[in-house]
Amino acid sequence: MALVKLTIDDKQVVVEEGTTILEAAKTIGVKIPSLCACPEINHFPGACRVCMTEVSGQRSLIASCVFPVFEGMIVKTNTERVRMARKMVVELLLANHPAECNYCVRNGSCELQKVAEAVGLKRVRFDIPDFPEKDMIDHSSPSIVRDDRKCINCHRCITVCESVQTVSVLTPSFRGSKVRVVPSFDLPLIESNCIACGQCIMACPVGALYEKDEVEDVWKAIHDPTKHVVVQEAPAIRAALGEEFGLPAGTLVTGKMISALRQLGFDKVFDTNFSADLTIIEEGNELLKRVKEGGKLPMITSCSPGWIKFCEHFYPDLLDHLSTCKSPQQMFGALAKTYYAQTAGIDPKDIVSVSIMPCTAKKFESARPEMNSSGYRDVDIVLTTRELARMIKEAGIDFLNLPEGNYDAPMGEYTGAGTIFGATGGVMEAALRTVYAVVTGENLPSLDITPVRGLEGVKEATVKVGALGEVKVAVAHGLGNARKVMDQIREGKTDYAFIEIMCCPGGCVGGGGEPIPTDNEIRRLRAGALYMDDSQVQNKRQSHENPSITKLYDNFLKEPLGHKSHELLHTHYEQRGEDIPHRA
Amino acid sequence: MNAEHSELLKEFTAEEVATLDEIIARHKGTPGGLIPVLEEAQVALGYLPASVQKRVAKGLNLPVSRVYGVVTFYSFFTMTPRGRHTIRVCLGTACYVRGGKALAEAIKKEVGISEGETTEDRRFTFESVRCLGACGLGPVVVINDDVHGRMKPSKLTEVLDLYS
Repeated sequence: MALVKLTIDDKQVVVEEGTTILEAAKTIGVKIPSLCACPEINHFPGACRVCMTEVSGQRSLIASCVFPVFEGMIVKTNTERVRMARKMVVELLLANHPAECNYCVRNGSCELQKVAEAVGLKRVRFDIPDFPEKDMIDHSSPSIVRDDRKCINCHRCITVCESVQTVSVLTPSFRGSKVRVVPSFDLPLIESNCIACGQCIMACPVGALYEKDEVEDVWKAIHDPTKHVVVQEAPAIRAALGEEFGLPAGTLVTGKMISALRQLGFDKVFDTNFSADLTIIEEGNELLKRVKEGGKLPMITSCSPGWIKFCEHFYPDLLDHLSTCKSPQQMFGALAKTYYAQTAGIDPKDIVSVSIMPCTAKKFESARPEMNSSGYRDVDIVLTTRELARMIKEAGIDFLNLPEGNYDAPMGEYTGAGTIFGATGGVMEAALRTVYAVVTGENLPSLDITPVRGLEGVKEATVKVGALGEVKVAVAHGLGNARKVMDQIREGKTDYAFIEIMCCPGGCVGGGGEPIPTDNEIRRLRAGALYMDDSQVQNKRQSHENPSITKLYDNFLKEPLGHKSHELLHTHYEQRGEDIPHRA
Repeated sequence: MNAEHSELLKEFTAEEVATLDEIIARHKGTPGGLIPVLEEAQVALGYLPASVQKRVAKGLNLPVSRVYGVVTFYSFFTMTPRGRHTIRVCLGTACYVRGGKALAEAIKKEVGISEGETTEDRRFTFESVRCLGACGLGPVVVINDDVHGRMKPSKLTEVLDLYS
């Protein structure tokens, strides 16, 4: 590519043609403040005008995030005119934004706060209007709250919803000063095709989109002496929770997380990784059954509730490809109020089952009407990683200095296979380890199945599994990638036996409930922590080797895909279709 | 799909739906086809309610959110039905001081709707404008393309009777 020579702040810069002024300035250590742009999702609307610079020969100031450099260009990033304009832009944004910073969910992680500091804003001279809270906050979804008052119209949420997830729920509506980001026809989120993945939350620079906070419900349960409160944590939590307390991304904090949960007052600290191992046993056997008995193939994983809802809306004709296995969260929930209740001699009506998930769609999943096979709601409350962090802070727990805790029996023990569920490709790898062992009676020559790891959108692998011969599998993460695979299935163009699909980019470590910020580098580091847990911390790496799972089958379930499993661990799906109003 | 079809048939005749489908089919696959489709659909059907937007989205293979975004962006498009006759009362400065405001109130009372609304029998849509350049005739009421100058509330019934 051709090179372009230009001058920024009296310094010579040489960059590739097509580079923006903002990127070019970075190469000489000049950080131009910017707000609406989000390179991670290729979103450069040039809308907020915070990143303005002076360019010779240009009458007006130039938004540096979208303006490409040209030969001989002279740019000034730090003139009186530029500094005043940037201040005014941020001042005007704040003049139309509720002054609730102290108790806003994004206090401390808000990009508008940061940019106000970066441009040196000292005052807002305008009266901030009263916003009609009632009309402008949409609480209809069990997962996501949309607070229109705080929206700054950067449209990142629209891009991530449309381009990354291909769900396309959100749109700008009306124009000029009346422009608002809304679901089609300004319907409440619950009546849209929203699949509750929460990627819009991860993209939002401010507090206009956030998870439905259920921390108070958990406190209430913990403080109620008649309730026995049990908790499970998804694999991705231990790889990310530390970030909320200043640890670098990729720090594994399993032991501290357990201690924190105990100190918060949970009666039993169990682990979703346990039921991830259980999922592998059920799902692996389901796959073998489908292969042997000519069932529907390819079979597709069903752990990710955002993916499930996506399939129900956009591929209702392909629902029979989905494994009937419930997600690990829901398997755990069903067992907590049956198996655990029996073992511990506790009336299931007194058990409150809480889960900590990297996910907002899990909140929706737990509220699905069919998820009550224990006779009660299987999972009562779902908190995101962020909500758990807030609870720990609220309780005054010194997270960094906590001792390493251990899980409770009988639903805490897990293998490396369970832990890698949190990264894209992990379920596939875990399933192949066990399927291989069940079919051949031996272990895979290498337990590391590297072709299914990493952040490539759609990954493929072929594994020779004894008498079954070559088994071709695929892994997709992010629904735009899932759509590619699903369209192939619809056209009858695939010969895969098994497909893993995770709703969020990177899998659960990139989930909509994880710490903010999350980008590809952070996703990679979090996944790395899980693979490290699998290969170096856990002494067992295959789900069928988990002694607690063996005990569960011996004493309670009897056999995989048996009567009890069918009743408690498997589910069915709903044909929702596109644009048809529905209620959770 | 059937639910959507019956939603359409509640508001439009089978012939009108066929016209809509013909418009969509003609522009299908053309880049930038959305706006011409919406424009022709509005001329043919009078307005673009949710059912029409969903049909257009499905037909052009676009997310319905995109269609809704475009419909609300352009003031030409309307999501509510319009009357056979449009009454526009001028509230520009000259008309206003010469009794435009009282005239607007009288029209509201006479046709029983507020500004921006359409009567239930779809006879009238009532709007206000800011100056039509006919200040000498103020206060002015324009019905469809007819300018009625020096209007008085007392003449209103007589004038509106001209439009059935």
